Amino acid sequence: MSKRLFAVLATLMVVSMMLTACGAAEYECTDALGCVSYGPGEPVRLASALVISGPNTDLGVDSQNGVEIAMAFKGEVAGHALELQAEDDGCSAEGGQAAGQKIVSDPTIIGIVGTSCSGAGVPLSQVMSDAGYVMVSPSNTSPALTNPDSAWNPGYYRTAHNDKVQGKAMADFAFDVLGVTEVAAIHDGDPYTEGLARVFADSFEALGGTVVEFTAVNKGDTDMRPVLTAVAAAGPPEFIYYPVFTAEGGFLTKQAKEVAGLEDTILAAADGMISPAAVEAVGEAGEGMYFSGPDLGFTNELYNDFLAKYLEDYGTEPISVFHAHAFDATNMILSCVEEVGVVDGDFLHVGRQAMRDCLDATSGYDGITGTLTCNEYGDCADPQITVSQLTAGDYEVVWP
Amino acid sequence: MSDRIKQIDFLGVIMWFFRTSLIVAMLWGTIATLLNNPYSARAWTDTIVAGIAQGSLYALIAIGYTLVYGVLFMINFAHGEFFMSGIMTASVFLAVPMSESGYLDAHPVLGITIIAIVTMLVSVGIAILTERIAYKPLRGAPRLVPLITAIGASFFWQYFFRGLYGSKVRPFPLIESVAGKVNIGGIDILKSQVIVIIVTLIMLVGLYLFVVKTKVGKSIRAAAENKDVARLMGIDVDRAITITFTMGAAMAGIAGVLYALVFRQVHFFMGFFPGIKAFTAAVLGGIGSIPGAALGGLFLGVFESVGPGLFLEGLGVLSPHQLKDIIAFTMLVLVLIFRPQGILGESLAEEKA
Repeated sequence: MSKRLFAVLATLMVVSMMLTACGAAEYECTDALGCVSYGPGEPVRLASALVISGPNTDLGVDSQNGVEIAMAFKGEVAGHALELQAEDDGCSAEGGQAAGQKIVSDPTIIGIVGTSCSGAGVPLSQVMSDAGYVMVSPSNTSPALTNPDSAWNPGYYRTAHNDKVQGKAMADFAFDVLGVTEVAAIHDGDPYTEGLARVFADSFEALGGTVVEFTAVNKGDTDMRPVLTAVAAAGPPEFIYYPVFTAEGGFLTKQAKEVAGLEDTILAAADGMISPAAVEAVGEAGEGMYFSGPDLGFTNELYNDFLAKYLEDYGTEPISVFHAHAFDATNMILSCVEEVGVVDGDFLHVGRQAMRDCLDATSGYDGITGTLTCNEYGDCADPQITVSQLTAGDYEVVWP
Repeated sequence: MSDRIKQIDFLGVIMWFFRTSLIVAMLWGTIATLLNNPYSARAWTDTIVAGIAQGSLYALIAIGYTLVYGVLFMINFAHGEFFMSGIMTASVFLAVPMSESGYLDAHPVLGITIIAIVTMLVSVGIAILTERIAYKPLRGAPRLVPLITAIGASFFWQYFFRGLYGSKVRPFPLIESVAGKVNIGGIDILKSQVIVIIVTLIMLVGLYLFVVKTKVGKSIRAAAENKDVARLMGIDVDRAITITFTMGAAMAGIAGVLYALVFRQVHFFMGFFPGIKAFTAAVLGGIGSIPGAALGGLFLGVFESVGPGLFLEGLGVLSPHQLKDIIAFTMLVLVLIFRPQGILGESLAEEKA
């Protein structure tokens, strides 16, 4: 017996010596969701989950550039360098799920900037929330993601506008400025497109207009003539809003001009199609088309610095619309790491619940995109929506 | 009494119930739609013409599946990539520069012919490479082996071309003289759709005559019938197989050009769904039969186009066009329930077993 006791005591002693040698044992994590500890010289790790392949690459790469610039401006947090693990959300539920699983299997990641697409955001939000992480999306706009009865999960935040605002803005523009009274809306089943089309249709009806057709296509469809013929037969409407993505949006735009009854119909899409790739995809058929999207007329000094850095690092003007939102999202996470992180010599300990509490408490935060204040379900944006028109290959803001 | 109940096949009852309910649902939807006809005659003809044009593309691609299956009993899942590779290459290196320099608008016929030739050459080249490297060493292996290899080859080419040309959607230029509509028999039809339908007809008839009337065609048919006997008769079976792949890929190349004329947008992933649909069309028409593939393609294209409006709208389904793939595959299930060998297919059990 005494032999066994001796063995246990000896083991305990060795283990406690090893722990003392590492120094980590002195910090006792009391956070409800656990802590992330960075040792001497270890970088603070963020992950991004943005669409960096496929037809919507511009959207995700633009945001990823914003993340990288924010990290470069920040440089370090409490003496620890910053490191980004970039994942692809694939702009699909499957892609969001896969990226989420990969990220939460890495315990050194403190926060996620992403996703680009709401469709990917729904599963990723679930996965990261269950694992105790936080995510701040620069471009998820679906109302469902911050609706507690639908797809909201604790730990989810966004700097992008909620499409309740964007859909309403497009309805106002169509009804008040263009003066149309009969419209149609087409989505592709994605939470982003369906939510936006739905808000637009409801707002337009609330203004006193008529929605003659509310229908959908499939992601990956190429032949849009049957659905456009159905839209024409239902009206034909004076105005069609299809807040879909580049590939399907390109087919819809080109084929709408070829369907009897829709030759003079005004076409409009949303922020998923504001990119050079989308301009190419719609081609000459897209001339004069309208797009709703976030207001990029930021006037602050920070944005000028950002643009200069963007041009220097990537050799181009921003290629899509959510780079500044991604910049703000990254900074929100980094300032919270700074705020709640416990510095312990060369160590940095960050509690995961503390991160959520810190982001929840974000109020009056000055970012490029405005003054950010998070509500209890993670809507942090200061939403400004504009409508632009495609004129000779350029998006020109026409409203408000 | 209890014996009779035992004799009733439980599965048979379920199948019977299944097909009856499918047919009732289709008829119900059709009648309900027609009673409350939301579409004008013009809308119906437009939808049908769009379906025929889409079906023609499926038919051209389906030929490749059917030819290869006829000779090798193998589903060549990389066929969709033969379709994609040619037109991607031709759009990037030929169509876009030719359009920018104005050549394509000035000489449309010559320009499209050059694009078509290059497209076919690239598609055929990729097909022969795939056959030589991936399929030929596996001849004689169990059937599952080349099937999985074909899926691998499909992924390989998809990501090879993604690496070459990027993952963006690339535009195919609008050609002035192909734009607009033409009036045929009182119906306005898009010129691009007319071209698709006519070219498809010519290609299909040409291919059929080639296989049935020429000596090379005869050697292909002999290889399809029985490779060992064909070899004993002095037929170069490997050559016949290569020619089969060449013809299939050339058809896919032409389909690529027609696709680009109609949809004016190309992408590295564009071969996947048309490939699956064309495979469906080949099975629908009876795999191994050339007229079957053509008929299957047309059938599928038209049902996909007309189906959502005709069957689903009457049933009160919201956003019916989102469900067109369901219509296409339900059609496949229905046809296979009643004719397992496909519309024009010969019964495999008798001929090839």
